[in-house]
Amino acid sequence: MPDGASMNQFVKIEGLKRYFDVSAPWLVRTLEGRPRQIVQAVDGIDIEIAKGETFSLVGESGCGKSTVARLVVGLYPPTAGSIEFDGNDMAGSRSRADMAALRRRMQMIFQDPYASLNPRWRVFDIVAEPIRAFGLAKDKADLENQVGERLRQVRLTPADGRKYPHEFSGGQRQRISIARALASHPEFLVCDEPTSALDVSVQAQILNLMVDLQRRLQLTYLFISHNLAVVYHISTRVGVMYLGRLVEVAPTDTLFRRPKHPYTRMLLDTIPDLDMTGRQRAPVAGEVPSPINPPSGCTFHPRCPFANERCKVERPKALPIEGGTVACHAIEEGRLGVEERSYAASAA
Amino acid sequence: MASPSNNPPLLEVKNLRVEFPTRRGTLLAVDDVSFDIAPGEVLGVVGESGAGKSLTGNAIIGLLEPPGRIAGGEVKLEGRRIDNLPYEEMRKIRGHRIGAIFQDPLTSLNPLYSIGRQLVETIQTHLPLSASQARKRALDLLKEVGIPGAENRIDHYPHQFSGGMRQRVVIALALCAGPRLIVADEPTTALDVSIQAQIIALLKKLCREHQTAVMLVTHDMGVIAETADRVAVMYAGRIAEIGPVRDVVKQAKHPYTKGLMGSIPSLGVRHDKLTQIDGAMPRLTEIPTGCAFNPRCTFRGSRCLSERPDLMSAGASRAACWLHDRGGVGAPIPSDGAKELVDA
Repeated sequence: MPDGASMNQFVKIEGLKRYFDVSAPWLVRTLEGRPRQIVQAVDGIDIEIAKGETFSLVGESGCGKSTVARLVVGLYPPTAGSIEFDGNDMAGSRSRADMAALRRRMQMIFQDPYASLNPRWRVFDIVAEPIRAFGLAKDKADLENQVGERLRQVRLTPADGRKYPHEFSGGQRQRISIARALASHPEFLVCDEPTSALDVSVQAQILNLMVDLQRRLQLTYLFISHNLAVVYHISTRVGVMYLGRLVEVAPTDTLFRRPKHPYTRMLLDTIPDLDMTGRQRAPVAGEVPSPINPPSGCTFHPRCPFANERCKVERPKALPIEGGTVACHAIEEGRLGVEERSYAASAA
Repeated sequence: MASPSNNPPLLEVKNLRVEFPTRRGTLLAVDDVSFDIAPGEVLGVVGESGAGKSLTGNAIIGLLEPPGRIAGGEVKLEGRRIDNLPYEEMRKIRGHRIGAIFQDPLTSLNPLYSIGRQLVETIQTHLPLSASQARKRALDLLKEVGIPGAENRIDHYPHQFSGGMRQRVVIALALCAGPRLIVADEPTTALDVSIQAQIIALLKKLCREHQTAVMLVTHDMGVIAETADRVAVMYAGRIAEIGPVRDVVKQAKHPYTKGLMGSIPSLGVRHDKLTQIDGAMPRLTEIPTGCAFNPRCTFRGSRCLSERPDLMSAGASRAACWLHDRGGVGAPIPSDGAKELVDA
């Protein structure tokens, strides 16, 4: 892996696959002669995340980025592949206590703060749950202390603990989710579109809070988003996903200034132009194909302007390039050069 | 460009008020909103959730959900008042003179009918065409909005289309009778970014070719920057700033617009911190006296607490802020919420 040897690999994902069986029931299949249908949501990805960095996954809906998030925290078992967390294989057989100790160190923040908080629980109990579950409080006073401390950390007050989630706005609810995620003193946070349901000014508050917390608590983030501008702002490195595969991984600045994979370039073209440079967004033809029957070879070839015969039959391998990797035959063969992009430095 | 064009505006909205009577008193959701749209012009209406932008759109097309009601002001389409028309008459205008596009294309289409049938039904409701003529028009519309293989697709059902294609069908449906005005409420929000660009390009093209005016309601400043000629920024039921899109985006005059623009991550420079506006938009029950934005504003003065600013001219735009009045904001008062409004 590029520049990986020197880094302390905190989270290591290898050959991760997750297939979902979405076939009709057996009887229907038999009577109507229908085949099984398998969605290849995640189809073999490798990611290494160093301690203290923010690794982002971007892609359009249905590319499997949320599935990766759920696989990493263990909400789904993988179909194949391995996830190593700080040197421990998450699938390895070990006692419940060992497993709990590992689980404590990773937490998740979900997209919709209206759905991820139990409406019948008071905020205090929501934040206290991980502390109770992992037995991290000595007594009641300690528990109250810890919950108050977590709420203060996300700029709420301990008095807010007596309220119910419906008494808070969307942004405040997301703060509660973050407080809950921090309650077990995790080292690794998986954030699945944490700001997508929020208004922009509130999104800025939450992003600032996340950056601030990361610095103070030395957190490592796996950040999932479809918003490239947000990803640019928050990430150390970025992985671009398309139909369950990683097509390009690169340090943030490299990805945005020297994009390589044609799909990455296409995604960058779709960022709305707020600087009013008059640049026209190139409307890309076509849509993401169904992951049930993904195209052969490179799954991007039907939409790719640089595709040739080889792209239709052979799946490209991830090749190291400029501190990242890219899976593209056109780049490998040198048919496609690296593109330099610059952005107007807007004086905000 | 400022657009005091010579041709009369297509849509005129004057002092529009929308209120919701509730048990705990009447909520004013849209308060004294005035603007107009010229033929062929795209007016963007932006704001955060609860700012009243969708309600303004719904009030114009006569689709306010009860108990919401227009409590004052007037809406004129091509010089004719439409806000006080009986339901049936409004129904004829809606679909004929005004087309509507909503956020979720799946809920705007009837899942039980093929899209062809839905198009033909709408066309025949508003235009005196025979069934075969209507079907031909439906086919032309589908081709115009860029649905490949329209001849085959016309008999398909909504579930057989992808999200982007469905939104194209909805646009075709809105265009059925050749409307003069299209009210598009978050037309791209439910779509992926790459599809979003396609739909925006399509809307712009149609607007140009047919000289249709578009009122584009969205929370996405990026979409506005690319599409709109002018933009109105709404806050707590009122217009905070309105002006040519370039001026509003690049040289915002209202502190709220400024904060809003700064809070959008930009690709140019990587700031350590995004500008943030502390606090949240007030609930309708708790709109502060004076300027509704004052508790979150870093520039506020004594006058902002007591007197409500109306839109006043500020450069090429108009902003509802005392900063642009000769009298100024009065004695400065630090804002409640802002502990640190970091301008990186």
